[in-house]
Amino acid sequence: MAVPSHLEFFIDPNRCIGCQSCVQACTECDTHKGHSMIHLEYINRSHSVQTVPVVCMHCDQPTCAEVCPADAIKRTADGVVQSARKPRCIACNNCVLACPFGVPKMQTDYELMMKCDMCYDRTSAGKSPMCATVCPSGALFFGTREQIEQLRPRSRAVNQFQFGGQTITTKVNMMTPKVGQVEYVDVTAAMNEGAIGKEITLNVLMNGLFDEEEQR
Amino acid sequence: MISAEREQITIPPDGRPPSEQPKWRRDFPIDWPEDHYVARRDFTKFMVLTSFAFVAGQGWIVVQNFLRQRRGQPPMRQIATVNQLAVGQSLAFNYPAEHDTCLLVRTGENSFVAFDQRCTHLSCAVVPEPDKNRFLCPCHNGSFDLETGRPLAGPPRRPLARIKLEIINEAIYATGVEVSTV
Repeated sequence: MAVPSHLEFFIDPNRCIGCQSCVQACTECDTHKGHSMIHLEYINRSHSVQTVPVVCMHCDQPTCAEVCPADAIKRTADGVVQSARKPRCIACNNCVLACPFGVPKMQTDYELMMKCDMCYDRTSAGKSPMCATVCPSGALFFGTREQIEQLRPRSRAVNQFQFGGQTITTKVNMMTPKVGQVEYVDVTAAMNEGAIGKEITLNVLMNGLFDEEEQR
Repeated sequence: MISAEREQITIPPDGRPPSEQPKWRRDFPIDWPEDHYVARRDFTKFMVLTSFAFVAGQGWIVVQNFLRQRRGQPPMRQIATVNQLAVGQSLAFNYPAEHDTCLLVRTGENSFVAFDQRCTHLSCAVVPEPDKNRFLCPCHNGSFDLETGRPLAGPPRRPLARIKLEIINEAIYATGVEVSTV
């Protein structure tokens, strides 16, 4: 069985309220019980409460599979990049470092990389993934393209991403506003900038602490 | 799921067609259907090589059998006298080497049998039980026939190694070891 081609996964980060429902639902799945394959990331925690759910984007040219030296990551004919195959994975972390979206995570206890496979047991039977079934705000949506166009008339689905010189086309779509241009952030250039955390100083605690010492 | 036409969906990063890709990419494809596909030539090669291995294995068994026969029998040695054992009694002795423990059992007025004590399953020492007409291996409840040494129950599949006996002038001699696989 394969994932029906008319059903697609749409992520709308604008609608994410950070309720962790998707994380809990993913944790309960029997194929990887106790481990969530979905990451709920904070965009900029010191400035905003905005969160974004990160599932595997299922790239057309999966970088994780390209860098795998053990031939453990495979893509099924319906375009779903499967989690590492247990007998083959050597826990080398190549995929963890290579993935532009930061999806694969190493389970060091099992010496196995585990990542989102879009709930292949469910989606291949025509059902929604666990996270999409529980999301209360519709930030994660699994359905047809007509449905999402009707639900989000002011958004458009984007499935092309630019990472340096590499253009990545994915199976999973990201919803962006229809007005304005799609912005591409040069990730590698951003890595050279100083981290925001460096600028934070704990003035409340440190104020006057050294002054008093100097006065003595 | 192997479709009739093995469609390749993953395009390599350099974008060139599959025919121009290095050989390792064909050997380790990313796509699941490609990975599961076994060419008729590879399958035939596997079958031929496996059959050849089986034939070679049979030949090795024949060679081993031949070598065992050429080695000959160990020298004859006296192990007991007829009067030493009552009917149903048994005696442990070492034959042919010092640490090869064997059992001599008097099964009747004029009949004696002797077997290697090692169970053919995992070499535990078997115990004679003449009242039940068997040797019992206590390790895994294996049992052998007292008269022939054939396996009766439990895990062992091969009979106990038989010690050939000869009685000359009321003295019992061990004259050789008979190992069989069935």
